[in-house]
Amino acid sequence: MNWFKYSSPQAFYPLAGKLIPWFAAAALGLMGVGLYLGFFVAPTDFQQGESYRIIFVHVPAAWMSMFLYVLMALWAGLGLGLHARASFMMTQAIAPTGALFTFLALLTGAMWGKPTWGAWWVWDARLTSELILLFQYIGLILLRASIDDVRRADRASAVFALVGVVNVPIIYFSVKWWNTLHQGASVSMTASPKMATTMVTAMLVMTLGFWMYSIAVTLARMRCVIVERARQPSWGTQAPAQDVAEVRECSGGV
Amino acid sequence: MTPRQKRFGLIGLGLLALGVASMLVLNAFQSNLVFFFTPTQVANAEVPKGRGFRIGGMVEAGSLTREGDGLTVHFIVTDLAKRVPVTFKGILPDLFKEGKGVVAQGQLGPDGTFLASEVLAKHDENYMPPEAAAALAKAKAAGAQSSRTLVIPPQ
Repeated sequence: MNWFKYSSPQAFYPLAGKLIPWFAAAALGLMGVGLYLGFFVAPTDFQQGESYRIIFVHVPAAWMSMFLYVLMALWAGLGLGLHARASFMMTQAIAPTGALFTFLALLTGAMWGKPTWGAWWVWDARLTSELILLFQYIGLILLRASIDDVRRADRASAVFALVGVVNVPIIYFSVKWWNTLHQGASVSMTASPKMATTMVTAMLVMTLGFWMYSIAVTLARMRCVIVERARQPSWGTQAPAQDVAEVRECSGGV
Repeated sequence: MTPRQKRFGLIGLGLLALGVASMLVLNAFQSNLVFFFTPTQVANAEVPKGRGFRIGGMVEAGSLTREGDGLTVHFIVTDLAKRVPVTFKGILPDLFKEGKGVVAQGQLGPDGTFLASEVLAKHDENYMPPEAAAALAKAKAAGAQSSRTLVIPPQ
């Protein structure tokens, strides 16, 4: 099977349409199981009591915020290197989901910080660098929106995405490199988890669920981007065959 | 070299240069990026003078005393090497406990006492059920566990 044929928007469009319901269903199922494990099965924590349970949303969201940025930068690099318009479209399609997870991580972090640390917000290295990540996502979306010519917008936002990738290791290692109020990593590649097993399981199931969600919305947004660009006269090629209702649905939102 | 390889090479080189540059910048700002100073740094006079800063460490066990007004508290912050006495008037966060982490914002008084205007609790990255924590404490008391990272042993 020739996978490269799906790098053409016309071939990708129907494939994405077929895949979306599966990923959406998997996302719903996994998030349901993850939340159930986190809220009803995982034990109470010995020092924080029940308030630690926000970890089951906070940590997966924070992981996704960083991972999606790296993924987005990867597509941006591929787009610049290969002059592939589908790669640029992926960069465009991932950005809003990344921004959403960054905001979710910051919001749940504030809700967790108040009862445990005693403050909604502090300017320590971890929190500040994650806030900068949110600004990067927003900046990227705004930069693209501010340039009318699609090809110039693609290239400018790809360079912006690539430059911003330096912040990701800074976020991840900030709790190691500097004194921070934020605690260190409980789960990492190099050490055994510093949490009870059910807690780790719930967190990983939630992460998988967030993954499936991200794939589903990114595919849906890709379809919209394809339709939108097909309608632009500068593109010059035929639009993928679809009915008008779908075009209208896309230009309405998402 | 094809134009495509050249483009990828340029992107790689650009990222490398950017990475090195940001590493140098972060190194230069090292001392400004810390959220708090340790009692050892306070003792060695490595803290900013004449302006407020934060100290962080552990609340020494048995050091917490309350004044008659019920609001003013005294405790000692330690990093197990040096100790700094702290005075604070206000409400302590729920997780504030002797033997646990704390970060206090304030100024160093002339007598070496840290006058805090805000006290934050710093918790660690270990999460476990209370029974496991009790079992660990018991095992530690018996000298069975020497590890500092409270990793739960498999059952």
